[in-house]
Amino acid sequence: MQNRDSDRRRMFSRRAAILTGGKFALLSALVGRMYYLQVVESDRFQMLAEENRINMRLLAPSRGQIVDRFGVPLAINQQNYQVLVKSENTPDIGATLDRLGQLIPLSADERARILAEVSRKRKFVPVLVREFLDWEDVARIEVNAPDLPGVIIDVGDRRFYPQGEVASHILGYVGAPAAKHQTGDPLLELPGFRIGRSGVERTFDLALRGRAGSSQLEVNALGRVIRELGRREGQTGQTLVLTFDSALQQSAMKALGDQTGSVVVLDVNTGATMVQASTPSFDPNTFTNGLSETEWRALADDERAPLRNKAIAGEYAPGSTFKMIVALAALKAGVINSDTSFFCSGSLTLGDGKFHCWKRQGHGHTNLSKGITQSCDVYFYELSRRVGIDRIAEMAKRFGLGQALDLDIPGSRPGLIPTKAWKRAIIGQPWVLGETLVSGIGQGFVLATPLQLATMTARLANGGKAVTPFIARDVMDHDALTGRPEVAPPDIGVNPGHLDLVVKAMGRVTNSRRGTAYRARIMVPGMAMAGKTGTSQVRRISRAERAAGILRNDQLPWKRRDHALFVGFAPVEAPRYAVAVVVEHGGGGSSVAAPIARDMMIETLKRDPAGQAPGADVAGARPADGKV
Amino acid sequence: MSRVEEFGSSELSLREKLIHLNWEMVAMITLIAGIGFAMLFSAANGDMSPWASRQMVRFGIGVVLMLVIAVIDIRFWLKVSYALYGISLILLATVEVMGSVGMGAQRWLDLTVIQLQPSETMKIALVIALARYFHGLEADDAGRARYLIVPLILITAPMALVLRQPDLGTAGVLGLIGITMLWLAGARVWQFMLVGGAAIAAVPIGWQFLHGYQKQRLLTFLNPENDPLGAGYHIMQSKIALGSGGMFGKGFLSGTQSHLNFLPEKQTDFIFTMLAEEFGLIGGTGLVALYALLIGYCIYIAFRCRSQFARLLAMGLVANFFLYVFINIAMVMGLVPVVGVPLPLISHGGTAMLTVLIGFGLVMSCWLHRDIYINRRGAA
Repeated sequence: MQNRDSDRRRMFSRRAAILTGGKFALLSALVGRMYYLQVVESDRFQMLAEENRINMRLLAPSRGQIVDRFGVPLAINQQNYQVLVKSENTPDIGATLDRLGQLIPLSADERARILAEVSRKRKFVPVLVREFLDWEDVARIEVNAPDLPGVIIDVGDRRFYPQGEVASHILGYVGAPAAKHQTGDPLLELPGFRIGRSGVERTFDLALRGRAGSSQLEVNALGRVIRELGRREGQTGQTLVLTFDSALQQSAMKALGDQTGSVVVLDVNTGATMVQASTPSFDPNTFTNGLSETEWRALADDERAPLRNKAIAGEYAPGSTFKMIVALAALKAGVINSDTSFFCSGSLTLGDGKFHCWKRQGHGHTNLSKGITQSCDVYFYELSRRVGIDRIAEMAKRFGLGQALDLDIPGSRPGLIPTKAWKRAIIGQPWVLGETLVSGIGQGFVLATPLQLATMTARLANGGKAVTPFIARDVMDHDALTGRPEVAPPDIGVNPGHLDLVVKAMGRVTNSRRGTAYRARIMVPGMAMAGKTGTSQVRRISRAERAAGILRNDQLPWKRRDHALFVGFAPVEAPRYAVAVVVEHGGGGSSVAAPIARDMMIETLKRDPAGQAPGADVAGARPADGKV
Repeated sequence: MSRVEEFGSSELSLREKLIHLNWEMVAMITLIAGIGFAMLFSAANGDMSPWASRQMVRFGIGVVLMLVIAVIDIRFWLKVSYALYGISLILLATVEVMGSVGMGAQRWLDLTVIQLQPSETMKIALVIALARYFHGLEADDAGRARYLIVPLILITAPMALVLRQPDLGTAGVLGLIGITMLWLAGARVWQFMLVGGAAIAAVPIGWQFLHGYQKQRLLTFLNPENDPLGAGYHIMQSKIALGSGGMFGKGFLSGTQSHLNFLPEKQTDFIFTMLAEEFGLIGGTGLVALYALLIGYCIYIAFRCRSQFARLLAMGLVANFFLYVFINIAMVMGLVPVVGVPLPLISHGGTAMLTVLIGFGLVMSCWLHRDIYINRRGAA
């Protein structure tokens, strides 16, 4: 029995020893595995752990400001107070919304949207209740905070245009990026991020956007933010300085009043825009908050086209303001000289067509000076008949007509200067001489924008230098603003003697007793203005109508009345500013457009905005690289 | 043959027992449990509540229970061995019934004072019952096939019950404990092969009796990659947390993955991962070494026992303890499937703590009564 038990014990000992060896081998395997995971593969797991834990979040930069020449803010960022609710911090989300609804009324729709979002999102993710709160609402919510568990007030940026509709066509507006704007830049995918959708907001968008910052957040397995590990502040967008004077712009808007039209004032020596007004206008702030469908339709369908920037996109028959071009073309072609005169009987007969002068009784013997001063149509019929349309078109091009002028604002229209080749190609018919005659008085196919007319006038006034208009002090270099290169404008190649003849005649338009705009002359010493009126027909006057007596403009429906135009510059002796005024369906150029031009010119000369470099008063408005 | 034989100093007074108790073993156990308290303190982001303080109370109760068990004469345990087994089996069957009454798997028996998990106590009861059975056999009989019928029934009956819960991990552990006991008692190698072959043959038959969801669980058990958001996700996060700890760890209370909740069940099954994240390879290896030392000490006790019952009992209990340690640590490192085995003395939880301490109490009892000769019928 003792032996048997010792057998049993030996068997146990042997097998227990094997078992023990197995156990220690397995425990060693655990240590080996631990070594593999924690030493050999450690880097990989450390990286995975950081990926788990660290979340990068983009910080949207503040959009750059836009200011006018004198630093008056035109587009700024306002604090946008938002109220949000975090469901994990409130015992009863419904009760919290009820109490919040007593402070800021919540519609049933809003409530449903909030509750839907709350149930969809994780409990610690704040849900937006309302944005663009005014200060009283914010204060009321803050005061009642103890009764509003889970309610948070947050501040974001909101674009605000303090001048309202005064410069809305220039500035444009911002909006959420559409699918086509997505470039893979994660900034564009940030909720609430806005990009420039129109005007200079769009042209200079990349510089205004600024650079995004980033925040390194530690998050837990559910995505809840535990703390911020690091932060790289973003860079606010650059300040954009515009060349125009918002005070003058305001005067122009006031001068146009209820009328539909446009005023452009340029510096004749540089092309810098001083005024670029278009009426009626709109309030770009409504775009920031989002327009309702009806509000949008009302703006888009208005026959006075408030959304269109008429200064650059309104194309009008220039009427008699085109006559300087015809005169210069004729002088250049040598078909007339300063003394050549034609007889105006009130009309000119060509084949079986009869071409009327605006003055039924005629101007009698008319030379270049008298033709411009009194705007004799028959004189210019005769001129254009002799010069031909193609040589007129060639001269018009030298003055910037018939081509889109790039003005840092999208949507600039080219107008139209017809040629024989153009008509054959586009209309598919041969040119007829009658068309040359109506083109000679700026009617027919000829179209120009107010900006083109102002540019033409500036080039006449500055002695034939091809200035091009601009409205931003700086230009874009990739995604940043850089100083506008100073280039002396090229000469347009027009005989100075011819130019002098025409400019002198323009002086007499306003300053000679017989001039068409004598009543709109400037009598302030040293500010005398030269100019040219224009009244462009939008309807065809039939022979029967002419026989029955032409209806006056105020007897016609608005849409069929003449456009009133005026171009001018001042002071006559040493021109500084050029002005173009178009009043749609306003009636006569001399009675409607010229007085507006006169008032604008007086005020412009008094303020003399071009006397000061744009942005001189604006701190930090220099371009990043210091160049101007 | 049935004569009572007594050896010199085998009968000790209570005072002598307390003097001769393995206090160094108590110290090792307390040290490991202390590491557990620290990890539970860390798991609560540096707070004694809710886990560390409760665990300390449990440990206090458990240690007292362990010492009481240690000083009780080992022959008492021999006498009540089958009774303990029977009670455990009834408890197991009871939760099975309650489980089918309630919703889903019910593994807990609420005894108001303490929630009892009968499958845990079953492990100890199985070891005691098998030790008792083989103690009563002649040395040659243990190798005979007909004497293996009873132990196979003792092993498979509780296995069948926990399989129905279904708790495959515990069933597997019960099976492994049974095999260990058979091996130590002297079963022949060919018998193991035969039983193993029969078990494999039984798998397709048993498969037919399983419910659809049970089959699904089995498949997930066998291949956790099929369940990437469940067990697969857990094991990946566990490996990330552990691996990112590196050689020296991220420091106490600084384990990012654990504290940011990427690590699941960090206070229970995955507590080793948190330890390895915060204390690195050094800390993890240190804990494994402590476990190895404790296991080695228990095996030393088993070798020193004169009676087959005490030898088998100590060796079987240490096998149970080893299986806890190995399966848990291998599981969090992705070596074995996630089966929900706690890390003994460290994971938060009452039953595991108590059963492990009861086991150590029995091992200590083996030590205190190592020189007592017990005849095969159980009389001293």
